[in-house]
Amino acid sequence: MSTIKHHLTDALLMGYSAGSLPEAFNLIVATHISVCDECRARMAEFDALGGEVMMCAETVEMDDRAFEKTLRSLMNESEDVAPAPTKRSVGVFPAPLRDYVGGDLDAVRWRKVGGGVRQMILKTDGEAKARLLYIPSGVAVPDHGHNGIELTLVLQGAFSDELDSFGVGDIEVTNEDIEHTPIAMGDMDCICLAVTDAPLRFAGLIPRLAQPFLRI
Amino acid sequence: MLTDAALATKTDATQSIPPYVGREKPRAPIAKKTSVTKTAAVSKDWTKDLIAIRDHKDQAAFARVFSHFAPRVKGFLIRSGATAEMAEECAQEVMATLWRKSHLFDPTKASPSTWIFTIARNRQIDLIRKARRPEPEELAWGPEEERDPSEALALQEETDRLGKALAELPEKQRDLIQRAYFGDLSHNEIAEETGLPLGTIKSRIRLALDRLRHSMK
Repeated sequence: MSTIKHHLTDALLMGYSAGSLPEAFNLIVATHISVCDECRARMAEFDALGGEVMMCAETVEMDDRAFEKTLRSLMNESEDVAPAPTKRSVGVFPAPLRDYVGGDLDAVRWRKVGGGVRQMILKTDGEAKARLLYIPSGVAVPDHGHNGIELTLVLQGAFSDELDSFGVGDIEVTNEDIEHTPIAMGDMDCICLAVTDAPLRFAGLIPRLAQPFLRI
Repeated sequence: MLTDAALATKTDATQSIPPYVGREKPRAPIAKKTSVTKTAAVSKDWTKDLIAIRDHKDQAAFARVFSHFAPRVKGFLIRSGATAEMAEECAQEVMATLWRKSHLFDPTKASPSTWIFTIARNRQIDLIRKARRPEPEELAWGPEEERDPSEALALQEETDRLGKALAELPEKQRDLIQRAYFGDLSHNEIAEETGLPLGTIKSRIRLALDRLRHSMK
């Protein structure tokens, strides 16, 4: 997919490579990399950097019998069967996201949020939240700011906000200083994966009251 | 603590096991000054041993790989916050995973240190952090795809250069990158410890990455 113009930041790729991100962040990073060859290559660079950091860490002696113990337990195992290579998916969702949804687009259990916007919260551990958003073409997601980072990955359709426009595969990275109003553009309704590391705060009074019920 | 007597009681089952090549002298951690970087440049290429494990289940090669990498994996895990016992267990698991998944080793895609790091990271997330980290969808590389040995060599050289560039970074920048991979780059903590505002840390990391990229050109 060569049309992607909004990519992951170094900080996100480094955190993903180090394994120190919350689960919801891991999910959106893995989903973006699934469709973005450029970020896949950058991830390989960060993995290589991790390898060099590990090689330079102070060594700590293993137990005296560690090797014998490991080899003996391996000899007692039956041969590991190599799993068949997974085919590149043909649906709307890349494989890591399909695992969380339990299928492709038709498996999503949407809940109405208002104004035609629908969402599905995906179960992840920790403070950070991941959800799918369905925004009918021409509809705006309520004006909102948030405490912390918000990542929005386009899976179908497109949206634009005060900052730029975003198509399939693009990921928008915003922080708490930015209040923005994404509007779905084009012929297709827009479907996004959105991840926040803290609850959203909507600018209007009504959405703010509704927030605990929406769980976003 | 193991006594000499405990060491001497080898069971018959271990007879067929190739001799453990012994522990290597621990490699010094990256020196504060850049004078040590020359030793980093003459690192052995472990690709051959990993291929011998992959293609022939070569136990002697496994012994060599184990004695070189396991203490590094263990050191990395302890530095990342694991107890010595957890790190020992996890490092053994990493080596076992390396053996089991050796069919996945492709030196044109990842150098030995990179590949072993990704195994260590994943085992650490499973066993110690008990978290979930979904992997990207695999690219549809066919197994029939020809492997070009020169690609593997080029990748190994690039990785060696990256290690050298890392060792030559100014200490503060290198320290931040290391801490990012050790998982103790909690922004609040660092801000408290160093009195640095968050933005400074971010820009230091950026500076370090820019330097690394520049030295890789």
